[in-house]
Amino acid sequence: MSKENWFLIVIIMLLALLPLSESRFYIFLGTDILIMGLFAVSLNLLLGYTGLVSFGQAAYFGVGAYTCTLLMKKASIAFPLAFIGAAIFGAIIAFIIGFFCIRLTKIYFAMLTLAFSQIIWAIVFKWNSLTGGDNGIIGIPFPQHLDSPTRFYYFTLVIVVCSFYILRKAMDSPFGRMLTTIRENPERTEFIGINVKLFQLFAFMLSGFFAAIAGALFGIFNHSIFPDLLFWPQSAEVLIMAILGGMYSFFGPLVGAAVMLYLRMLVTSYTQYWPLIMGSILALLLFFFPGGIVGFLKSQRIFARGNR
Amino acid sequence: MLTVEKVKKSFDGFVAVNGVSFRVHQGEICSIIGPNGAGKTTLFNLITGHLPADEGKLTFKGMDITHLRPYQICRLGMGRSFQRTNIFPRLTVFQNIQAAVLAHRGKSFNFYQPVESFFQEETQVLLKMVGLQDYAETISGSLSYGFQKQLELGISLASEPELLLLDEPTAGMSAQETHHTIELIGRITREKGLTLLFTEHDMEVVFSISERIMVLHQGRLIAEGSPEEVRNNPDVKKVYLGEGR
Repeated sequence: MSKENWFLIVIIMLLALLPLSESRFYIFLGTDILIMGLFAVSLNLLLGYTGLVSFGQAAYFGVGAYTCTLLMKKASIAFPLAFIGAAIFGAIIAFIIGFFCIRLTKIYFAMLTLAFSQIIWAIVFKWNSLTGGDNGIIGIPFPQHLDSPTRFYYFTLVIVVCSFYILRKAMDSPFGRMLTTIRENPERTEFIGINVKLFQLFAFMLSGFFAAIAGALFGIFNHSIFPDLLFWPQSAEVLIMAILGGMYSFFGPLVGAAVMLYLRMLVTSYTQYWPLIMGSILALLLFFFPGGIVGFLKSQRIFARGNR
Repeated sequence: MLTVEKVKKSFDGFVAVNGVSFRVHQGEICSIIGPNGAGKTTLFNLITGHLPADEGKLTFKGMDITHLRPYQICRLGMGRSFQRTNIFPRLTVFQNIQAAVLAHRGKSFNFYQPVESFFQEETQVLLKMVGLQDYAETISGSLSYGFQKQLELGISLASEPELLLLDEPTAGMSAQETHHTIELIGRITREKGLTLLFTEHDMEVVFSISERIMVLHQGRLIAEGSPEEVRNNPDVKKVYLGEGR
């Protein structure tokens, strides 16, 4: 087994031991990081792998959160089914949005993803009878068998690790390589005989599927959901996480999520100027470490062999 | 093998290609020459489906390709290189060519096997053919310009084309690199029995390997024939050879 895989197994084992600390704070932070890490990695399928700067990733996250909650609360569907339903619905929404967005490129593409996510936000915001509008939905209980922060942490850990396993395998496969060639040069990829738009659409659905899983977890984790989950700052935040951690490595966005959430926790206990500090960090990073945290570590050869 | 019939393309009123017709026969080495802005690259983009033609008809191996998308045309057996070097810069040389092999062999929709396990040998053979076997693990964007062109040729060959379109294969190269590249192209074309259609601004290159030359000027074909015929054509002398050389 490669060095990197050993490293990952050690990390997973350490994460599995985290609840032994019996610190509610760390269990809470750990769950948050895992969920946002999955969200950021799902975005990175588009951003880092396929070269599509999606500015509306919050749409799938929010759709996942709302679908799971509404299926449980309004349709009384059992949690496992509601959870799977949320992921599938996330992929469907991503298919619809992606279908139109891939027809455009560059800044127009980014703007259209933003526009679609804002439309979905507006629907959720205005559809009072279903979504509770601005008030959101509060008092979402933990599902059966997951009724403590520790249990929910373990559930999240299992889901996120499985998701990463599937995604990493897919990104290391010929399919993943084709996404990378599309990122590098869509024109050339088309003329090695690849239907570029079809691959991009598939990347969209995969991305939406896993973003929705993250969203569904997030709703239950917070016991409440609000339209803010789909609002554009949520899209921007996850974009920052991915860039901060490094979009050219698989786990970069997870590292970005961890660093950002931990720092935010730390900084907000001293000062209310977190956005200022975040902005400064990001600006410095873009100038000096354009490859993000993981990109920097790799260039220092801290990892023997990178996965591109 | 390739038939171009009365093809026309204009951009915002500017007619870039104006009713061009020609044929390329199997096994031929043809070139299209013409001054800058004559419409050579536009013509290539029309043939490979990167641009839709306003009028006219394109046939490849007896099939109407006028309305096909680039990837469909590529799958029919047409390969091309681009004028601006067109590789996957952040991938290694090996990965560049392997990607093209994967696409050609229809393995690109595999989600679960490691990409490393595919077509190692086939890729090595291609690397060797274009003389890049010593650079397999180099990040392709860091190669010299001449090597990048060679890599692009390798990518085009990976799809085992019958017709190869090369857009200025020696543009921007030193004299030595040009010589080397032309030798390489000539050798591969003969070995594989390819049909070759290329554009080029370097007259020596054109006259040294072309069997037939077509001259494009302001979007129209003004002459066509053997190198000797074209060299002696008074129209060509007037609009092309007399200019800037």
